[in-house]
Amino acid sequence: MLKIADLSVRYGMIEAVKDVSFEVNEGEIVSLIGANGAGKTTILRTISGLLKPFKGSISFEETDIPRLSPQKIVASGLSQVPEGRHIFAGLSVLENLEMGAYLRKSKGENKEMLQMVFERFPILEERKAQDAATLSGGEQQMLAMGRALMSKPRLLLLDEPSMGLAPIFIKEIFNIIGEINKQGTTILLIEQNAKMALSIADRGYVLETGQIVLSGSGKELLASDEVQKAYLGG
Amino acid sequence: MTGILQQLINGISLGSIYALIALGYTMVYGIIKLINFAHGDIYMIGAFLGYYFINEYQLSFLPALLLAMIISAFLGVVIEFLAYRPLRNSARITVLITAIGVSFLIENVMIKLFTANSRAFPQAIEQQKFTFGSLQVSNYQLIIIVTTLILMTLLQFIVQKTKMGKAMRAVSVDTDAAMLMGINVNLTISFTFAIGSALAAAGGVLIGLYYNSIDPMMGVVPGLKAFIAAVLGGIGLIPGAVVGGLFIGIMETVVSALGFSVFKDAFVYGILIIILLIKPSGLLGKNVKEKV
Ligand SMILES: Nc1ncnc2c1ncn2[C@@H]1O[C@H](COP(=O)(O)OP(=O)(O)OP(=O)(O)O)[C@@H](O)[C@H]1O
Ligand SMILES: [Mg+2]
Repeated sequence: MLKIADLSVRYGMIEAVKDVSFEVNEGEIVSLIGANGAGKTTILRTISGLLKPFKGSISFEETDIPRLSPQKIVASGLSQVPEGRHIFAGLSVLENLEMGAYLRKSKGENKEMLQMVFERFPILEERKAQDAATLSGGEQQMLAMGRALMSKPRLLLLDEPSMGLAPIFIKEIFNIIGEINKQGTTILLIEQNAKMALSIADRGYVLETGQIVLSGSGKELLASDEVQKAYLGG
Repeated sequence: MTGILQQLINGISLGSIYALIALGYTMVYGIIKLINFAHGDIYMIGAFLGYYFINEYQLSFLPALLLAMIISAFLGVVIEFLAYRPLRNSARITVLITAIGVSFLIENVMIKLFTANSRAFPQAIEQQKFTFGSLQVSNYQLIIIVTTLILMTLLQFIVQKTKMGKAMRAVSVDTDAAMLMGINVNLTISFTFAIGSALAAAGGVLIGLYYNSIDPMMGVVPGLKAFIAAVLGGIGLIPGAVVGGLFIGIMETVVSALGFSVFKDAFVYGILIIILLIKPSGLLGKNVKEKV
């Protein structure tokens, strides 16, 4: 579904991502794990069109992603929950969700999606009139996820959804990611929390200083010595 | 007492004009963090367009006002497209200098076309004065205040309720996140310039009627004061521009009425400095903290 080949991304002379190749198949949860500064966010921003690759290709189904504007990329069925959530402060919870459906013209379908998001995150319905900036960190994460779902993506990109959350919230967020996947959305998950990310993943990749150093099924990676040592303190 | 009330009415009339200009400054700043120094010149262009439609086409006031707003909106969009958009990722100072350049360009083209002399704005509506006791209100003042109120209500509606208005706010707080939603950021920025320019043009036509005199440099000082108004209220904040504009308008008339009209500008700049020393984010500004 998503295929990345020999991708390199640079900031000026700094090569943050080097010759990265990986793929995500329809229906999967794929986790990309790596330490701070490994280049995870850079990869996701490039997939969403906020950065242009220095070289390499990104194709989503048949479309060549780097040629498209971020707008067209969203329209093609790809949606991102950015690192740090980036909810729109000063806009209400409901308005934030509406922005997630910006490209859709049909009001009826918007209503349906909103209903679905409210069912998935009941707290958002309770808080819908509230300024999104006043939500707690965990609620903001739910809002960011709900907002990304509003466009009804076929592939959802999540950048460190567990960041800064209490363990109980992290568990809930990962449960929800699993449910979203079961309902038919393919997921590319980026995490530092390797244990949680690999345990729900079908497959995973390990990124180190811009390069993929390991790949395998979620189970394999969890059990591997390298991952145990580097990410799980074992 | 009526003296104070009189000054208040005069001040609100003038302040409404400042507020109309200040809105464009603040909205553009909010969305692309640019102090658009050419904004005062759009106000001037608006006044000239109004003049032109009334004098040459014998239009009555309202259609002239609307046409001036529409054409100026278009001009604002073109300026952004040609001058600022290519510099979207440049250093802020580069864009700022470009804005000053655009301002000089517009002023000098207008001087070339119309000479630097001031000309009388046609009296499209006959002036009338209403007296209530010792209080005197002109129909021009009422027109300014009512038009400003209508435009601000409209603006409020657009910004709060329409999809484009919500997108404007979203792009202002977080451009990257807005792109991730599929929001067309360029279109949203164009729209912001259109609205800001239309409001400034309305201010220009209204001031033409009020002061009955226009010239190619007429935008410079009000533009500067409106900029101060925007900063005073809290740059980037729509209500701030309105509060700042009215505040400066009222202060100016009060200082003049007290016999210090020579110092009124010094006074305005003095206020700016004091308020910003006490509250750098402006009257309505708050120090926004984001949760991480
Ligand atoms: N705008 C930028 N300009 C220059 N260098 C950048 C920029 N953004 C990121 N980098 C560098 O690129 C590298 C990868 O950064 P990136 O944000 O992709 O890492 P990450 O894996 O997402 O890290 P984290 O887990 O901390 O979010 C880092 O060395 C970083 O310093
Ligand atoms: Mg990151």
